[in-house]
Amino acid sequence: MIVGNRKPLEEILGMIKPYKRLLLLGCNECVTVCSVGGEREVGVLASELRLWSAKEGQDLEIREHTIERQCDHEYIDQIRSFVDEYEVILSMACGAGVQYVADKYPTRPVLPAINTTFLGVTLEQGVWSERCQGGGTCILDQTGGICPITRCAKSLLNGPCGGSSNGKCEVDKETDCGWQLIVDRLKELGQLDQYEEIMPIKDWSTSRDGGPRKRVREDSRL
Amino acid sequence: MKTKSNIERILESGEFVVTSECGPPRGADPEVIRRKGALLKEVVDGVNVTDNQTSVVRMSSFASCIILKEMGFDPILQMVCRDRNRIAIQSDILGAAALGINNILCLSGDHQKFGDHAQAKNVFDMDSIQLINTVKMMRDDGRFVGGDEVNGRPRLFIGAAANPFADPFEIRAARLAKKVKAGVEFIQTQCIYNVKKFEQWMEMVRGRGLHEKCAILAGVTPFKSVGMARYMKNQVPGMDVPDEMIERLGGMPKEKQSEEGIKICLETIQRLREIPGVRGIHIMAIEWEEKVAEIAKAAGLLPRPQLT
Repeated sequence: MIVGNRKPLEEILGMIKPYKRLLLLGCNECVTVCSVGGEREVGVLASELRLWSAKEGQDLEIREHTIERQCDHEYIDQIRSFVDEYEVILSMACGAGVQYVADKYPTRPVLPAINTTFLGVTLEQGVWSERCQGGGTCILDQTGGICPITRCAKSLLNGPCGGSSNGKCEVDKETDCGWQLIVDRLKELGQLDQYEEIMPIKDWSTSRDGGPRKRVREDSRL
Repeated sequence: MKTKSNIERILESGEFVVTSECGPPRGADPEVIRRKGALLKEVVDGVNVTDNQTSVVRMSSFASCIILKEMGFDPILQMVCRDRNRIAIQSDILGAAALGINNILCLSGDHQKFGDHAQAKNVFDMDSIQLINTVKMMRDDGRFVGGDEVNGRPRLFIGAAANPFADPFEIRAARLAKKVKAGVEFIQTQCIYNVKKFEQWMEMVRGRGLHEKCAILAGVTPFKSVGMARYMKNQVPGMDVPDEMIERLGGMPKEKQSEEGIKICLETIQRLREIPGVRGIHIMAIEWEEKVAEIAKAAGLLPRPQLT
């Protein structure tokens, strides 16, 4: 899923300052699962904003609304009947959602309430961890199912740097060394000889470096 | 010989090699390099010039190498993958060769988190092994990474680093094997304090015959004080400083500690020279360049063969 962090209230207040009628828009997908931008978090942020406006004597009308997905236009369309009543949309979706809502309502400013951080997994209740950078050419078959581009701080493709110590990364003692994980896993799979192969320089053109990406599947188009 | 490198020539003659390093200044004053260089005159066969080590901005390795070249040294251009993509790397390789630099040391590079620009974007378009392969391909096959022909091949002697003490230990020799397969010709190791563990690593290296395919130069760094030893042990990732060394330094009065540090360094060099497969010593006296001559002399490494 896509994981994010709520922006600090101060930053959000700075963004919404010029407005008095605000549509606070949640998303029921990834950001709900990672507890940052679903119905519940919309409620929490709305309360914080109302408390602030009451305390500061500011006039602020907030409508809370959460749609199924902010990355699909059929759901974004569901707010069309009332969106014009609000001066601004404060989106609690990931960056993709924020942008797609803005795309559909060109006359309304759409502001981000969260910082989108990574594609990851839930390690335990309240803990998420990055796993994928969307490189566009997956090499997990060669690295024991652990991505060195994501899990190594230097995205090294041919093994651990000299800073790997006791299974941890030199960048942060709390972070596992991605290459230690790969080596352990290859060993467990009886595939450590795979490590001896030199991985050639990567073609980064399929990743973000190649420019904005788009996928068209002719067989599923209407 | 593949290059005009002084180290390659000495290694081919079967002699022991001595290298050291020079950290460029955090400013544009070339005199700093000249002063540091003067301390190494007739003491070493090649001088590494670090490339923004620990991710702190300094004068470029390339420019500093040229200053040392003008002084008559055979500089070793350190190049990290952190700050350059394949376009810049290959361009710098051509430029360095054109200006008479004969050696390159291919490194991944410290993460920018440790430096003075922790908010920087890193590159890592390639890693150190791929960089070794890039230099070799340009030099021996006359091809760029992209496949086009190089007109005027860069004759660089290819080096890399190895850390025998980093984890996972069991793949450390395999990692060196990959560097050899990629085309590395000489290796400078991380500072060695734990000689026993280094011997274990060398055993694995010899077991694979890697010492015959690349020249291993063993790295040493003298301690200035017990504080420095503790810092290296606890704060520098991938550094292995045995407790008895810290106790030995700590047991000396403060004013005697640097002298003891040099003594330890000399004892280490003697032990390293006896290990089969060690072809040279790389003395890294961090911001203590004035001690390199003393160490080389006391270790019986002088005089050095004349530069041709």
